[in-house]
Amino acid sequence: MRIGVFVCQCGTNIASTVDTGAVAQRALDYPDVVFATDYMYTCSEPGQQEIQKAIAEHRLQGVVVAACSPRMHEATFRRAVEKAGLNRYMFEMANIREHVSWIGQDKGANTLKAMELVRMAVEKLRRNEPLFASEVPINKRVLVIGGGVAGIQAALDCADAGLDVVLVEREQSIGGKMAKLDKTFPTIDCSSCILGPKMVDVAQKENITLHAYSEVEAVSGYIGNFTVKIRKKATYVDWDACTGCGLCMEKCPSKKTVDRFNENLGTTSAIQIPFPQAIPKKARIQKDACRYFATGKCKVCQKICPTNAIHYDMEDREVVEEVGAIIVATGYDLFDPAPYGEYGAGRYPDVITGIQFERILSASGPFGGHVKRPSDGKEPKDIVFVACVGSRDKSVDRPYCSGICCMYIAKQAILARDHLPGVQCYVFYMDIRSPGKNYDEFVRRAIEEYGVQYIRGRVGKIYPRGDRMVVQGADTLLGAQVEVEADLVVLATGVESSRGAKELAEKLRISYDQYGFYMESHPKLRPVETNTAGVYLAGACQGPKDIPASVAQGSAAASKVLALFARDTIATDPQVAGVLESVCIGCGKCLSVCPFGAIQWKTLRDGSRKAEVLETVCQGCGLCNATCPPKAIQLKHFTDDQILAELDALCA
Amino acid sequence: MKRTVAYYPGCSLEGLAEEYDRSTRAVCRALGLELVEIPDWNCCGSTPAHGYTPLLSAALAGRNLALAEDAGLDVVMTPCPGCLKALKGSLEKYREDPACFQDALGRSFDGRVRVVSILQLLLERIGPEALAQAVRHPLTGANVVPYYGCLLTRPASFAQFDDPENPVSMDRILEAIGCTVPDFPFKTECCGATYGVTRNPIVTGLTGRILDMAVRVGAAAVAVACPLCQQNLDLRQQQVEKANHRSFRLPVLYITQLVGLALGLAPEDLGLDKLFVSPESLLSRIDQASDTADSLSNAG
Repeated sequence: MRIGVFVCQCGTNIASTVDTGAVAQRALDYPDVVFATDYMYTCSEPGQQEIQKAIAEHRLQGVVVAACSPRMHEATFRRAVEKAGLNRYMFEMANIREHVSWIGQDKGANTLKAMELVRMAVEKLRRNEPLFASEVPINKRVLVIGGGVAGIQAALDCADAGLDVVLVEREQSIGGKMAKLDKTFPTIDCSSCILGPKMVDVAQKENITLHAYSEVEAVSGYIGNFTVKIRKKATYVDWDACTGCGLCMEKCPSKKTVDRFNENLGTTSAIQIPFPQAIPKKARIQKDACRYFATGKCKVCQKICPTNAIHYDMEDREVVEEVGAIIVATGYDLFDPAPYGEYGAGRYPDVITGIQFERILSASGPFGGHVKRPSDGKEPKDIVFVACVGSRDKSVDRPYCSGICCMYIAKQAILARDHLPGVQCYVFYMDIRSPGKNYDEFVRRAIEEYGVQYIRGRVGKIYPRGDRMVVQGADTLLGAQVEVEADLVVLATGVESSRGAKELAEKLRISYDQYGFYMESHPKLRPVETNTAGVYLAGACQGPKDIPASVAQGSAAASKVLALFARDTIATDPQVAGVLESVCIGCGKCLSVCPFGAIQWKTLRDGSRKAEVLETVCQGCGLCNATCPPKAIQLKHFTDDQILAELDALCA
Repeated sequence: MKRTVAYYPGCSLEGLAEEYDRSTRAVCRALGLELVEIPDWNCCGSTPAHGYTPLLSAALAGRNLALAEDAGLDVVMTPCPGCLKALKGSLEKYREDPACFQDALGRSFDGRVRVVSILQLLLERIGPEALAQAVRHPLTGANVVPYYGCLLTRPASFAQFDDPENPVSMDRILEAIGCTVPDFPFKTECCGATYGVTRNPIVTGLTGRILDMAVRVGAAAVAVACPLCQQNLDLRQQQVEKANHRSFRLPVLYITQLVGLALGLAPEDLGLDKLFVSPESLLSRIDQASDTADSLSNAG
């Protein structure tokens, strides 16, 4: 084989701590290397042309590039060598940037390590074989997980483009957190009025299949061909028969059920439709609150239902959907303020969270849109808002900014003044973060036109005095301690990752950060892709986000799916396992270790049983290769020969 | 479970808070906990040592821990929150850099010993249920608010006991001995600490707030677990009353004194005579309640 080695300087990224010239010079001593050089930016257009020119001039049969991580540019260089007439797998990359120059200061040691990595790459390349991808058809259906505003936007965009969409929602209705909001900043338009029509669209689009009150159980397959198991949780109501008339809710005797949609501020019936605009507008029995499930007696809803939709014996059901791409839009949850013992949330009924105040403001909320405090139903005269409860605070492991609280506090203070013109609002804040379009103007309006008192400082304690609450804090601009007496205190609780986010990530094989937010493929340039091909992100599951940003990401993720589905087939990765039948002893160990079910039995004409790899299902993990006793299964491009040759080179 | 516990009284309990020492020993004896005073114990370093250098503080406090280890004891109890912080801080310093710590200490130390407050000891070794069973004279009818002060549960990183901002351990003990415990929002507010000596108006202001809140929530007494808090709330109560132009007359008892009363221990074993604000009003209320209960049960 005739091998060429190209050592990249990466500007000064590599050259400042690795003698790239010496690495190239040394490479000429390695077997089969007939050409070696270093270059300033090998990934640049002229850099790639250098490689192509060398392939022609020196009749190269394989190329090694010593540069950055293969995750960065392996695809770039594979395309380059392919253009020059080589098979794209006759290429190897040695990572001398992330693994060498960026992590060591000793230029001599770095240079030696770079030489050894190049030597390993050369030895592997000498044993490489041309591999050829095959094309498999793409299943042009898309799964959207999560029916908040981001997921709704993604589903509608895909459906508008003619795709079949499967939308899975964990709760009983789609709408997500936005459905709980009264108004939205900075325009003060009614949340349900702008979200409602989109929710109705989802219900009416014939090419959207909605699985509400359902959860994704398992995901298998790969880009273009995923198989998804979905568990439809038992609602004890036949949704095909239910018309959403609400008669059952009226007659249900268990009226003291805590209303989760109203953030525990009110009560509801055990059989419930969470809110008037719910989609699907179907009833569900909350089993732990139902009198029949507790005592075996009652059945009022069953007797009253005009369509006989109530079935107490209903069980969870599993459905399987085949899709070609997945959009994850599972949203967020709100911080539980219990760790702030000094604020007394949970102990004092008039210390509430931002989302609870949102329900109080809402016309469909627990008080019909009249601003009252939960303890005694009195109209508050003074309301204090406390910013950054569970945001920008290392002591509760939430060092990040939640991004939305400054704005929703300003909005809630304005709305409180609109509802009760006599009410005085105070905001304790650390900084006001309002970088969106028309956002800062909105906060200024709260301060200047609505007379909201902004106090810069943290709150140290909240305690009752008589029937009011005292908020004790610092005013860091005055350099003084201040006390504000209030009837109602609203804690602006921050954003955290959705409960169950990590478990879902494991099923989807996507990564998440230490706080449970999903990792995008590149923080700037690939914001809606994940590192698992065919799985995309939208909305706050990736990090705290407001409505405009979530909607934009929903559309962005949809456009990525449409780009993928613009093709009819997708090239499979040929780096999969293969069986050498003459060596296979038919022990079946590989079948038992394969996590993807990619190996099956095959009977030869002589009746003997051999393992067979389903190339489209194999993910190239190599477990079978490591397990196979006679080494009959080999992972192509990472065969035992190749790995051992690398080790030999390293140990030579 | 091992009932023997190393006891570190600290300097306050030898003088100012002599009744805290006496009642702590009496209560532990009555509950079957054997306190072994650390032989030849020395000053924990208090504020001056860690103000000079944290390592000096760690070494001074650490010597006491090492002596406890020598005596084969694995738990050190100290009733004083100042000592508690110094001893726990010393362990923290040891964990950060064992070599440096042992160098400063001038001897080896293996860091296995635990440090607890009297509250933690009562809750972990006895527990609220067993404590309630041991009670002979439940303090029924007594509204008592727990005042923890600033140090008992802080800094949270090495106190590692109870909620730093809304502690409940003393509440649970008070409930176990039959007290009514009103919601007391000023559990951890500052009493002014040592400013009583240098800038007295700070203490009369801050302690005044605490006593005012106690009265507002209907307290007949305040329970404390810190000698300095007790001094400011009890010894200085007259100063506070004068500065605030009002009368409180609110008894301030150590939690161990209250537990001792409930266990039926003799008042002289608990040092009730050492209190500046007489606990008479509280004691008569308890007696009345038990008399009523007795007459009710007799009538029944």
